[in-house]
Amino acid sequence: MTTTTLAVLVPLLPFLGALAGLLLGRTAPGFARPLAVLPTLASLALAATVAARQGGGGPVDAASELTPTGSVPIELALHIDGFAALTAVVVGTVATCVQIYSTGYLRDDPRYPSYAALVSLFTSAMLLVVYTGDLMVLLVGWEVMGICSYFLVGHYWETPEARAASLKAFLVTKLGDVPFLIGLFALAADAGSFRITRILGAVAHGGIDHPTLISLLLLAGVAGKSAQFPLHTWLPDAMAGPTPVSALIHAATMVAAGVYFVARLLPLFEASQAAMTVLAVMAAVTMTGSALAALAQDDIKRVLAYSTIGQLGYMTGALAVADRGAAVFHLLSHGAFKALLFLAAGVVIHAAGTNSLAAMSRMSHLRDRVPDAYWTMTVALLALAAIPPFSGFFSKEAVLGVAEHVVTGHTEHAPAAAGWIVLLAGLLTALLTAAYATRLWLLAFRGSGTEAPDHGRQPLTMTTVLWVLAVPSLAFGGFAFRALPDWFDGHDLTPTLTTSVLGTGVALVGGIVTYATWRHTTAYAARVPLGAVAAHPEADAGQVEAEAIASHEPAYGDVAHAADPADPGRLLLGRLHRHAAVGFHLDAVYSALFVRPVRAGASLVRFLDREVVDTYVRGAGTLPRWLGAAVRRAQTGNLQTYVSALLAGTVVLAVAAVLVATGA
Amino acid sequence: MHLAYPAVLAALLFCTGLYGVLARRNAILVLMSVELMLNAVNLNLVAFDAWLSRVAEDTLHSGQALALFTIAIAAAEIGIGLAIVLAVYRNRGTSDIDRLRDTAEGHDPDDPDSDATGRALPAPAAGEKAEATA
Amino acid sequence: MSTAATAGALAAGTVHRAAGSPGFLSPTGVEIAFLLVGLVTLGAAVVTVTTRQLVHAALWLVVALGGLAVEYLLLTAEFIAWVQVLIYVGSVVVLLLFGLMLTRAPIGRSPDADSGNRWVALAVAVAAAAALVWVVVDAFRTTWIDLDGAPSGTTEVTGAGLFQHWVLPFEALSVLLLAALVGAIVLSRKAKAGSEPGAKDAAASGTATGASRTRRDQEGTR
Repeated sequence: MTTTTLAVLVPLLPFLGALAGLLLGRTAPGFARPLAVLPTLASLALAATVAARQGGGGPVDAASELTPTGSVPIELALHIDGFAALTAVVVGTVATCVQIYSTGYLRDDPRYPSYAALVSLFTSAMLLVVYTGDLMVLLVGWEVMGICSYFLVGHYWETPEARAASLKAFLVTKLGDVPFLIGLFALAADAGSFRITRILGAVAHGGIDHPTLISLLLLAGVAGKSAQFPLHTWLPDAMAGPTPVSALIHAATMVAAGVYFVARLLPLFEASQAAMTVLAVMAAVTMTGSALAALAQDDIKRVLAYSTIGQLGYMTGALAVADRGAAVFHLLSHGAFKALLFLAAGVVIHAAGTNSLAAMSRMSHLRDRVPDAYWTMTVALLALAAIPPFSGFFSKEAVLGVAEHVVTGHTEHAPAAAGWIVLLAGLLTALLTAAYATRLWLLAFRGSGTEAPDHGRQPLTMTTVLWVLAVPSLAFGGFAFRALPDWFDGHDLTPTLTTSVLGTGVALVGGIVTYATWRHTTAYAARVPLGAVAAHPEADAGQVEAEAIASHEPAYGDVAHAADPADPGRLLLGRLHRHAAVGFHLDAVYSALFVRPVRAGASLVRFLDREVVDTYVRGAGTLPRWLGAAVRRAQTGNLQTYVSALLAGTVVLAVAAVLVATGA
Repeated sequence: MHLAYPAVLAALLFCTGLYGVLARRNAILVLMSVELMLNAVNLNLVAFDAWLSRVAEDTLHSGQALALFTIAIAAAEIGIGLAIVLAVYRNRGTSDIDRLRDTAEGHDPDDPDSDATGRALPAPAAGEKAEATA
Repeated sequence: MSTAATAGALAAGTVHRAAGSPGFLSPTGVEIAFLLVGLVTLGAAVVTVTTRQLVHAALWLVVALGGLAVEYLLLTAEFIAWVQVLIYVGSVVVLLLFGLMLTRAPIGRSPDADSGNRWVALAVAVAAAAALVWVVVDAFRTTWIDLDGAPSGTTEVTGAGLFQHWVLPFEALSVLLLAALVGAIVLSRKAKAGSEPGAKDAAASGTATGASRTRRDQEGTR
């Protein structure tokens, strides 16, 4: 088979699997697991084959126009360069891991077939986004991901948190998608095509008339999808979904789509200095703010969610300094270790029966209950904190190195201001990232107090996947940074000495300070008992997690944080803690800016409908009612009345007819 | 003789019968008024027959024949009509036609005597009926 | 209005042929008699429909119908005049009187002889009368009936016409009468008692007891 055929099959197989899963899920539940895992696995194999055949050489392009669609043609186009090939491999890997993990995680869930089918559909949509060479087709995958995230985040729709979170995810990303769509149309109108290759050609020849406007419009959609400030608020709430879904959304698919999209069209953004600066500011605000917020969260998954936002900030930062190689490099390594973090967190939540770090810090021997999760999560956290030689170190250093490169005067692609912003924010975030990674590790695994409950060994499907993902988390960066420039633009991704020393130094400082603080605060833990543990420890992990999420707010007063004096983050952040815990009140701002005006508008419309429009309707009904009453009064039942009316009418008609006949 | 005399007399008689039909309460008086109307028509038929048999040399005497038929039909009508009135009287205890209001809006067919206690209805009809049946 | 127009055209034609017809101001003897009898007839009819004594109404109806018979005679339709006397005065009015008796019509003045519809009825009747008289006078004010010569309504002429030209409708009418007879019997007999077929009066009198019994029952329920 040609490379093109293989590439077409990559998104097609999970799609067919999803279709079959949705059709057969109810009638033949026995097929649900094979239908979930096998197409994704095959898709991974094919994606790997495609990547091997493409081999970092020239991009593979293929297009077929099914039918003429007006002035700007829409084509089923493939555009596979090194970025696409490698991203597809990561997507396939993470999706396969998630599917395998889900078979154990949701083994007793009655809605597993539809869940697995939606995950397959999600994967298929992401692969479509990755491979397509046509922006309209990309938009299809983009929106399919949006709707799938709605269903998957709302998987535990029995809980109000999940319902609200799924709606929020959908609406916030849609808020970005509207300008995104307008931007796409404007772009196509300027370039005369939806094909990425033609658009990039038009950009190279200066054929785009409004690069700033288009870039900013597109950035709104990217911010929504990739959870960048100010549209990131859906992502922490999306933790109400099952853990494998969080892993899928955060590691490889939905949030990666925005970064990937910018990487694909980077020359377009480069054409506008303003867009690059906006991108840099967005990235800086996102990464520092989310890192601060991550330090204050109590829900282990929300910590990871904010860390995802921060790491995505690194990626957009790399794009803001015009190096997509670094961005996609970080995307790939982050995909591996973040998927691992989430999946391991799922295991930990299942074992501990709670998602609260405060409760975990009051359990001893939790790490002995889940040794696989303990070791792999340690690896992943080290990668997250960018400690050499873990893969996160290399990818993050690539970003910082590029920023430093721009700062030192190489401003032909990006403004120097963007370089400074990204570099400083990146270093600050490196400090904070190490701090919250350390805090997470200490609270989760170094707790003291009552012994953690023993539920026996975790399912093999769940633990094996962790080790599979631990390998790239550990080694991918070290091996890849030399080979990747051949696949990408050719920019050097080797860590530079300055940024390596600076980055690792601040990370170590962050970790050590957090450790010292923890030593100081952990003494309080015994004095303030806290904790709520799921009521069904023997149930499957999905149910334990759903109960943990549902019980967090009644137990701790808030879905995000707990009033735990033993939390080192509280001491570290000081007065900032209160604001960081609620995501710097951004939800309140949204509530004031959007929700309340919309509610007020809705009540106004309701008033207009009830009181104004209905008045006319009722008025329109009154006249027929009066007429009806009058006619009813005529129905006396008295024959003489009837005959009188009849004969009176006859007389009138006869007189009229005589008058007409005589011409009067 | 001027044709206008019998024609006008017939018209006036017809309208007199018309008034009787519309104004009389007793069904038998209504039947009498119907007889008056029929006779007015008969007068017309006879008068026009007398005129046309001379002027248009009508040898069929259709006017007179029709008048005869009308008389016969009137006789049949009065028989049937009286039988109906008697049947109504036997069932309802009255032959006043303005009390026979079964077709009125909101009439309760099962209980003709208790309309006032029936459903809440347009006030005038129900009120009149209650008055009539009380 | 085509009939009125036709009549008007015919009348116009007769104006030419009977050019010497006398006017209204010089009535002939027949006309004077017709007018007088007509006034009596009309008066009797008006009293019939306005009197408050039900039996008097029937008797005034006799006067009106008798007056009409005289008018028929004046129009030389003697056979119809006698038929009128025989059937109307002789049987129909008698039948009506029986009906009044069987429905227990009150003897003497009854205050509620007229229904509440009276004024509407009066308006409609006056309007109809005005319209009819206007049209009729307008159409026939010059038309003259020549009553001289052989009378057109003798028994011989009528019988010949009836049994030569009108025999089929005549037979159909007899069937109609039979149907009316049967219908009257069926309507007026009691639900159970099927005695004395053909005797309409007997059946009707049989129903009278039923009616009175129904009346008693109703009074009992009240």
